[in-house]
Amino acid sequence: MVATSFTPMASLMGGALIGLSAVLLMWAKGRVAGVSGIAARLFPPYEDGEFAGRLAFVAGLVAAPVLVRLATGSLPPQTIEAGTAILVVGGLLTGFGSVWGSGCTSGHGVCGLSRLSPRSLVATVVFMAAGIATVFVMRHWS
Amino acid sequence: MAILIQFVIGLIFGLGLIVSGMSEPAKVLNFLDIGGIPAGTWDASLAFVMAGAVAVTFIGFGRVLRRARPIFAERFYLPTRRDIDFRIVAGPAIFGIGWGLAGFCPGPALTALGFGSSSGFIFVAAMCAGMVLARFVADRPSLMRFVAPADPLET
Repeated sequence: MVATSFTPMASLMGGALIGLSAVLLMWAKGRVAGVSGIAARLFPPYEDGEFAGRLAFVAGLVAAPVLVRLATGSLPPQTIEAGTAILVVGGLLTGFGSVWGSGCTSGHGVCGLSRLSPRSLVATVVFMAAGIATVFVMRHWS
Repeated sequence: MAILIQFVIGLIFGLGLIVSGMSEPAKVLNFLDIGGIPAGTWDASLAFVMAGAVAVTFIGFGRVLRRARPIFAERFYLPTRRDIDFRIVAGPAIFGIGWGLAGFCPGPALTALGFGSSSGFIFVAAMCAGMVLARFVADRPSLMRFVAPADPLET
C-alpha cells in the first residue's frame, strides 16, 4: 500500500466543487448528479432524449485532468496498485452494483443525503460498510 | 447551450474529484482501511470531501428547488421512492465490494480516463459492462428471483 497524507482543506474544497456541480446540474437540467446513472444511460436502451447532455457531462469529467495538466503542467498522483484481474472484477461489481442499487457515491452519497432520502442513507451506509469490509479482508486477512 | 453547460458542470465535478483527492485510489483505500488506524495509515480526508459536498448540495438544492422549473428542462426529475427494498441494500453492497477492491467509484473512474492510464481504462471498460448488465437484469426481474427449492415453480 501507498501512504497518503491527510488533506482536510483540499478535500473540503474539492468536495464543495462536487457539491457546486450537483447544484448546477439541478438548476440547469433538474437532474440528480449521479455519475453511475448518467454513465449507464450512455448505453441502450435509451429512454429519453438526453444522450448528448449526458455525454457532455461525462466528457467534462474526463477533460478535468487534461485541463489541470494544461494549466499547471502536472497532475496529482494517481496510484493504481490493483492488477488486471482485480480491476476487471472491481469494475464489474462497481458498475453492476451502483446501477442495480440506483446510485453510487454521488447519486446516493451526495445528492441523496442532501435530500434526506432514507433510501440513499441506507445505500450510503451499506456501500461504505462493504468498502471498509473489503479493504479489511484484502489488507489484513493474509 | 445546454450541452456546453453540462460539459462545464461535468468539468467542475471532475476538478472537485481531483482537488479533493478522490481521483487517487490509494487515498480512497486508505480512508476505507479502518484497520490502519492503529498504525497511523488511516487517511480521514474523504470524510471532508463528503462534508463539503453535502453541505453545498444541501444548501444549494434548497434554493434551486424553490424555483418553478430548471433553466433547460420542463420540470425537476427527483426520485420519489422512500421504501427500503432488497435492491437498495444488495446493489450498494455489491458496489461497495468493487469500490474496496480497486479504490474507484464511478466518477473518479471516468476522470481516470483523462489521466491516461491503461489501468483506469480497464476498470472503466469492466464498469460499463457491469452497468449494461445491471440495466438488462433490472428490466427482467425474473432473472434475479431467488427460488428456494421448496417454492412452487411458476407456470
